[in-house]
Amino acid sequence: MPPPDAPAEPQYDAAALMPRRHDMHPRPYDPDYKTSVTRAPRLPLLSMQATPTEETGPRFGHDRIGPLDNDLIRNHAQGDALAIGERIRVFGRVIDETGRAVPHTLVEIWQANAGGRYRHIKDTYFAPLDPNFGGCGRTLTDETGHYEFMTIRPGAYPWPNRANDWRPMHIHFSIFGHAFGQRLISQMYFQGDPLIDLCPIAATIKDRGQLDRLVAPLDMQNARGMDYLAYRFDIVLRGRRQTMFENRPEGL
Amino acid sequence: MLHQSDRLIETPSQTAGPYVHIGCIPSFAGLKDVYPEDLGRSPIEPGARGTRITITGSVYDGTGWAMRDAMIESWQADAEGRFAGQSGADPLVSGFCRFAADKDSGEFILRTIKPGAVAGRDGMVFAPHIALWIVARGINIGLSTRIYFEDEDNSADPLLARIEQRPRVQTLMATATGAGTYRFDIRLQGEGETVFLDL
Ligand SMILES: [Fe+3]
Repeated sequence: MPPPDAPAEPQYDAAALMPRRHDMHPRPYDPDYKTSVTRAPRLPLLSMQATPTEETGPRFGHDRIGPLDNDLIRNHAQGDALAIGERIRVFGRVIDETGRAVPHTLVEIWQANAGGRYRHIKDTYFAPLDPNFGGCGRTLTDETGHYEFMTIRPGAYPWPNRANDWRPMHIHFSIFGHAFGQRLISQMYFQGDPLIDLCPIAATIKDRGQLDRLVAPLDMQNARGMDYLAYRFDIVLRGRRQTMFENRPEGL
Repeated sequence: MLHQSDRLIETPSQTAGPYVHIGCIPSFAGLKDVYPEDLGRSPIEPGARGTRITITGSVYDGTGWAMRDAMIESWQADAEGRFAGQSGADPLVSGFCRFAADKDSGEFILRTIKPGAVAGRDGMVFAPHIALWIVARGINIGLSTRIYFEDEDNSADPLLARIEQRPRVQTLMATATGAGTYRFDIRLQGEGETVFLDL
């Protein structure tokens, strides 16, 4: 008998997380993005092999997700009216660094409306709110890691940094994966937007190839005539080493 | 196993920005009619086993200003050290919570149960702790840290043992302020900078 206060044995040796490659991420401290100057740690991160705390993570069931949650054109509509803007479908796959699909994981997005205004108590930009646009959506990936949203193309907007900085059109993405150590928030940009190259936030990513992965290409194959354009945005999460216990559940 | 060269590369992070709440805690942004309720409102349901605790704190930037726009997620084990989904885990502990710094005071509050010690590989045992993930405008990649408890035995914790400068261990300690109440402040930079983790 173990002593009464002995911790539970780990049950999911499944999931050793591969180390994060920080050189492939934005630089935390970047003077051109002024807010980062006081918000970036100065001391090195404490590194060690991931532990059960990072290798487990929350799961969200289908019962939590409503049928319109991934349709931003309609999920804040007042009556029959739809959100104003260029109708787009944003879709892609969530996989990990080993190339395996990440099924049944929560993907959340938020964005400005077609005029570049957020529905947030702190956004005071004078572009008008669209009464029929909330600006948030969420969905779970399917068995093969696919997700999809219907929305409108967000407007670019100015922000206080240097005297006249503008954010390129973008959609914010939040992805869970199956382990808390895979947690990721990023942004999707749109192919051809000239503001990407002028944006100090995009430029916090020093590897151009990495930044280009955030720029979703226009995908006419998956667009629909007289209805919507399509943009494809695939997401890669941190990898987990494969073991024989792979099918064990790691969270709710 | 694949060789490093065969590995895909993780999608790069970008800041969550000032409006992260719209996507993650919409009711905080004033957006109340898209979803019935925010996800992750509480890590426990009524009846969860364990000691109820309340942790209050702020996230300070390098100037000592309590940030008003930080969003934090927490992840923890149940009172016996099991994570949700593991066999024998308390079904009333989801272990996950989302909370924001108050827009006026900059204070956050986490109401949960105290987690148990967690067993790792190779016989490692981690003292009771809660993992935090902090995002905000100006944070280009989410910051990970842990809350440990000053009133627990932390002497054999493998993570704390790796902190060379021993006074910095204190930055990961929630300090008791009363019965079941703790204070845990996070300092992003400068004097008393919190130990952030790369796990
Ligand atoms: Fe934005």
